[in-house]
Amino acid sequence: MFFIELIAQSLVQGSIYALIALGLTLVYGLLRILHVAHASLFTLGAYMGVLTYNATGSMLLTLLAAMAVSGLSGVAMFRLAYQPILKQPPHVALIASIGLFIAAEECFRITFGASGLSFANPPLQGQVQLPGGLQFKQAELAVMGGTVLIIGILGWLQTRTRIGVACQATVSDPQMAESFGIRLTMVRDLNFLIGSALAGFAGVWVALLNNLVEPTMGSVPSYKALAIIVLGGLGSVPGTLMAALVLGLVESFGMVYLGKVLDRNAIAFTFLIVVLMVRPQGLFAKR
Amino acid sequence: MNYEISLITTIGITVMFALSLNLITGFCGQISLGHAAFLGLGAYTSAMLCQAGVPFWLTLPLAMLVAGLLGVLVGLASLRVRADFLAITTMGVGFIFIGVVRQQEWMGGEMGVTGFPGSGLGKTGFMVLCLALAALTAALSVYIQRAWMGRVFKGIAEDEDTMRVLGIDVPRYKLAAFAIGTALAGAAGGLYAQNLKFIGPDSFGFVESVTVLSMVVVGGIGSVFWVVVAAAVLSALPGWFQFIGDYKLLVYGGLLFTMMRFSPHGLAGIAARFTKPKVTAAPGVAP
Repeated sequence: MFFIELIAQSLVQGSIYALIALGLTLVYGLLRILHVAHASLFTLGAYMGVLTYNATGSMLLTLLAAMAVSGLSGVAMFRLAYQPILKQPPHVALIASIGLFIAAEECFRITFGASGLSFANPPLQGQVQLPGGLQFKQAELAVMGGTVLIIGILGWLQTRTRIGVACQATVSDPQMAESFGIRLTMVRDLNFLIGSALAGFAGVWVALLNNLVEPTMGSVPSYKALAIIVLGGLGSVPGTLMAALVLGLVESFGMVYLGKVLDRNAIAFTFLIVVLMVRPQGLFAKR
Repeated sequence: MNYEISLITTIGITVMFALSLNLITGFCGQISLGHAAFLGLGAYTSAMLCQAGVPFWLTLPLAMLVAGLLGVLVGLASLRVRADFLAITTMGVGFIFIGVVRQQEWMGGEMGVTGFPGSGLGKTGFMVLCLALAALTAALSVYIQRAWMGRVFKGIAEDEDTMRVLGIDVPRYKLAAFAIGTALAGAAGGLYAQNLKFIGPDSFGFVESVTVLSMVVVGGIGSVFWVVVAAAVLSALPGWFQFIGDYKLLVYGGLLFTMMRFSPHGLAGIAARFTKPKVTAAPGVAP
């Protein structure tokens, strides 16, 4: 029983990790940038979510607003911050991104206060009984369902539509794709839009699950998501999904058995380093 | 006068710490996002030994030894993973260090270590010691930069594979960079603990690692003189301008981003632009 509950909780955690890491891996696959500032869009989505829900009381509007604001900010971030330094060596973009993330976190703190915001009356907090005695919050079920749905839609977009094929072509060979008439900037904009909107989506759900939005809520996802995409083999979408779920499991079980010696982050990163030493290309990379 | 003394002491320690990272990231091109762990390791080693009754001057070499040994371990990891993977691995090392310290009662846990015996040097004497060690580190950096080792480091930073083809034992030099850099960070840690008379896990986190990296980057990766300038100015700024204290992180983040976005070679790059208008990159600056 205890095991099943633990697995269920790690699935919820894994879904959230997956939503955040997906956007990150899209960006990495396309531009080879470790986009740390991605997590600030997650925080932005969470703030937008709480503000919109408290103002309108509609969950649909909340999700739309959060995804739109995060998505568009992501595109702006790409255009203003990353596009001009694409030709520089990778550490330049990484450090710029860290700077951007720290500055954004401080902006949230200065604008919205250090103590954070919460929902006036949070929706979807009821408990649902599942067969087998499992208990979930409605919001927890929604986040898992939402993740599966979104991954399904993304998979369909990637493989069955012209725009998805264009994205794939750009990932595998940007110059060749360009010479076939694919507009690189458009594909990159689109990737930032989708990836950042996913981060905003995840932000709303985390806000709901904790009923709290803090300026620092992005710091754990910022490095955890990096660990996940590295585990998944950098730039591989299926690998990222698997890695997110595996990390959720490792953390939950690690906390039970190793909680006395290591904290949650240390467990995650010990796992990451052990994996990297054995398989430097990541857990699920093809080569 | 007391205030100036403690400020100069802090600057000396910070300069030493930044130079130690410059050896690894600047000279040898191995990015590290967990360098504060080695400062912490040195600080804890020195503080706990002081508490056990070992005289302070003896704890410094021991702090260097412990930090350097762990540094070699991380260096071994750098042989296995490169660039982005290495950045995430070193970040993980930082988190594991804090995670372990936090859960160990005998290392003070969350509360940290305090009340260990002093250096017996007095405030001014200790300031002179810090400045002397910082100057020594700078001299050592310049010496290494000009020696055969420095040239190999630069070669590795620019193009590792070519250096291998030339018959250079790249792993040995990488390990040397990590060993020297982390040992120096360990010594800086010993001074740090002695200066503050208090250390806790939060003093050596991700933010501190990024802060020291920002000093190296703002100075100009690889340039000893400008890294010293950047470390001195950035560590003194919050003290001189009290109003900036609350916005310290915003300034750090903003600086990091602006520097990378507009001048990826840092202050050294800007200086080079003035002195030699036709050269785009400063000599001695790793790309």
